[in-house]
Amino acid sequence: MDTVLEERKASIFAQELGCGGDGSSIGCERASVSGAVSQRACVYCGARVVLNPITDAFHIVHGPIGCASYTWDIRGSLSSGSDLYRNSFSTDLREKDVIFGGAEKLQRAIEEIVQEKKAKLIFVYATCIVGVIGDDIEAVCRQAEEKFGIRVIPVKAPGFSGTKSQGYKLACDAMMRLIRPHYDEKLKKCGVNILGDFNLAGEMWIIKNYFHRIGIPIVSTFTGDASYETLIKAPRAAINIVQCAGSSAYLAKRMEEEFNIPFFKVSFFGVEDTTNSILRVADAVGDAAAVKKAACFTTEERRKAESFLEIYRPHLTGRRAAIYVGGGFKAISLIRQFAEMGIKTVVVGTQTGKQEDYTVIRSLVDADTVILDDANPAELERFMRETKADILVGGVKERPLAYKLGIAFCDHNHERKHALGGYEGVVNFTREINLSINSPVWKYLKEA
Amino acid sequence: MLDATPKKITERRALRVNPCKTCEPVGAMYAALGVHRCMPHSHGSQGCCSYHRTFLARHFKEPAIATTSSFTEGACVFGGGSNLKKAVKNVFDIYDPDVIAVHTTCLSETIGDDINTYIQQMEIPEGKIVVHANTPSYAGSHIVGFGNMMSGFIQYLAEKKAVSNGKIGIFPGFVNPGDMREMKRLAGLMHGDYIMFPDTSGVMDAPNKGHYEMYPKGGTTIEEIRALGSVEKIFALGELTTKAPAIKLKEKCDVDFAALPLPMGVEATDQYIMELSHFLHTEVPESIEEERGQLVDIMLDAHANFYQKTAAIYGDPDTVLGLTAFALELGMVPKYVLTGTKNREFTKKAEALLAKFGANDCKAVDNGDLFELHQWIKNDPVDILVGTTHGKYIAKAEDIPLVRAGFPILDRYVHSYMPIVGYRGAMRLLELIGNALMDRQDRDAADEDLELVM
Repeated sequence: MDTVLEERKASIFAQELGCGGDGSSIGCERASVSGAVSQRACVYCGARVVLNPITDAFHIVHGPIGCASYTWDIRGSLSSGSDLYRNSFSTDLREKDVIFGGAEKLQRAIEEIVQEKKAKLIFVYATCIVGVIGDDIEAVCRQAEEKFGIRVIPVKAPGFSGTKSQGYKLACDAMMRLIRPHYDEKLKKCGVNILGDFNLAGEMWIIKNYFHRIGIPIVSTFTGDASYETLIKAPRAAINIVQCAGSSAYLAKRMEEEFNIPFFKVSFFGVEDTTNSILRVADAVGDAAAVKKAACFTTEERRKAESFLEIYRPHLTGRRAAIYVGGGFKAISLIRQFAEMGIKTVVVGTQTGKQEDYTVIRSLVDADTVILDDANPAELERFMRETKADILVGGVKERPLAYKLGIAFCDHNHERKHALGGYEGVVNFTREINLSINSPVWKYLKEA
Repeated sequence: MLDATPKKITERRALRVNPCKTCEPVGAMYAALGVHRCMPHSHGSQGCCSYHRTFLARHFKEPAIATTSSFTEGACVFGGGSNLKKAVKNVFDIYDPDVIAVHTTCLSETIGDDINTYIQQMEIPEGKIVVHANTPSYAGSHIVGFGNMMSGFIQYLAEKKAVSNGKIGIFPGFVNPGDMREMKRLAGLMHGDYIMFPDTSGVMDAPNKGHYEMYPKGGTTIEEIRALGSVEKIFALGELTTKAPAIKLKEKCDVDFAALPLPMGVEATDQYIMELSHFLHTEVPESIEEERGQLVDIMLDAHANFYQKTAAIYGDPDTVLGLTAFALELGMVPKYVLTGTKNREFTKKAEALLAKFGANDCKAVDNGDLFELHQWIKNDPVDILVGTTHGKYIAKAEDIPLVRAGFPILDRYVHSYMPIVGYRGAMRLLELIGNALMDRQDRDAADEDLELVM
């Protein structure tokens, strides 16, 4: 039995298979193959993960209960204010709603929220069957906005209407809809918006703190620890920086076109990327003092991180890592970060990486490294075994698979236990990699 | 935490807040994982499959394997038939299961895909099987989906033979592998020759062998499911979940069944043992008598710590009924008893239990949610919460200890390996609840009141 389907081979770059053999490009940004155990999610999931961290919004899932229940407090996005977003609101559509339409129920659900609580912002997510039965949620949301004088923004995200990336785009459109009325071209522009960080384990706070220390104001954050009041200030920023480009580059592009806010991509994962990102932002918007402070700050932090890594490197050098993450930017940062530890990346895959991401990835890894788009467990298993990976960095579904294979694991997704961003993140990430690779429990495992 | 929950209760007819249930397909996926060498297949958008696998992986800490039809816009317009056919071919080609268990989703149900016809039309390799169940997410809950997948297997596979195979069938209900093992152990001690269906033990609690097995050795085999049609009798434990598939088997193969509660606590476990004893004509062995005696002995030792303690119990219908019964046996007051699944039978049974023990001023509801439960507690608190992980917000907000039992438990380990059914499961529950109550007593005690011996 071959573990790789013929039609999957275009999405895999592995020397021995002759996959991607023409050396040009990898098959990505396409729908999954039916019947594959894809690790990917859907349009709704993409929209929800991006908007979910907006802390004081009511996120109403318009559909049957499942989609609300699976996304109830799904990611460890922290809040410095409201914790409203950690509740689950839905219309729990039933059979008769499917037959007679669910618009009325949605309208009533919004009313039940408004009559009880002070709502400023509601997102309404339409899931699969709402897309099929055709509830006019635009109209319901518009009427509710007029009636209650609050923002009620529809996110039409039927799961089947594309890939998870399409959901990211819908989330960005929803945010533009929220902030667009607050744009005034006469506004004096100042400060930075941070896009594409979700404040998992407080990572946004770490990044904000860096800029605070070097004297660069942060205007708004998308969407980690965001609130209605902070989001609507976004059009005033002088520049946007984008971390998770897969989810938020589109928002940055729209803000550039419509608000004249230029943007560039950053990454706060690993010493090298964090340092470069801070320096670049200081150069772009800081005064001479800020640039100088940034240089001093990063030099000092880099020195500390380097002496920390020196302690751990003997325990890690020569190990081999497999990476399977959502987007391309994170994979790129992780390859660099592993290199800083002396670990070679032997397998790298993403769920939704773009062609340009894969080009960068190929420039960073050795020729024998296996690269895959939208991998399934059988492929991951095969390539991790063949490349003798010691540790897998991935998300919740990959964790038990890694353990069964006798491979160490680190969650770099929603279930991360500690902040993995910034210099603090380098310390935490290195410790997590070390504790999993060097845990005494591996001694008790039977050899395969 | 949960500052948004107001004390004042207003009527809600459209809005569901903090649900105590999830959708049918995840239950179907769990049931299908309890069949040996079976690949569960989700016929819908790929998000469904991803969410269900994540949910199961978080509860069981095991790779929950399943495939998806990966619906696109085109599939919605033209039907999902070609996606399903292609998926089935791919699944057999690459993952080589013995059986594919297809369940539907709200999407494929709404566009009206006729799975049975698709299965008739598709090419299935020699010796391989495809079955299906309808699991529309807008009806029922994960509990109903679990039962529907059982019925699906029965419909496709159960065969009535001229001669009985002399076995009994045990439907364990929506419980953990640890519970299934305990039910089987007790049936074994009663000298029962049984088929358990489904059986996720050995699948969702598979040992670490240093290599990955897509199909671990556990699970009910195809042959066993076929043989269900010729067993002497079915013991449908967790009747609110398993009565429907038992009726399906009765209709198809004329197999009698006894619909029983989950064997939780003293009386319901007695009932399970006595039904087995009566039917199998076997004496209850001393080892079971001993376990029961130990349980009662412990209950007696500890009874002062439980008496009149108030509890909120929530989760899936059969599990909640079992927990409620045992709480009552311990002398506790289950002030709030709630399930998210819509099932009037649940409320009736819960009320009957409460009445039997004279527990007045207690409230039992089906089709409820945890927001509602939180509001009740805000108005009139309880000593302890017993239920699933999602109650931890209430526990934190109201500073009430929480004992985790049921599905899902997303934030602890070991729970899926250890039973809460049978006498030994009751001992474990007693220990969990007792420790939580007594830890709280220690924590709250003034220095001078801290007791060494309790």
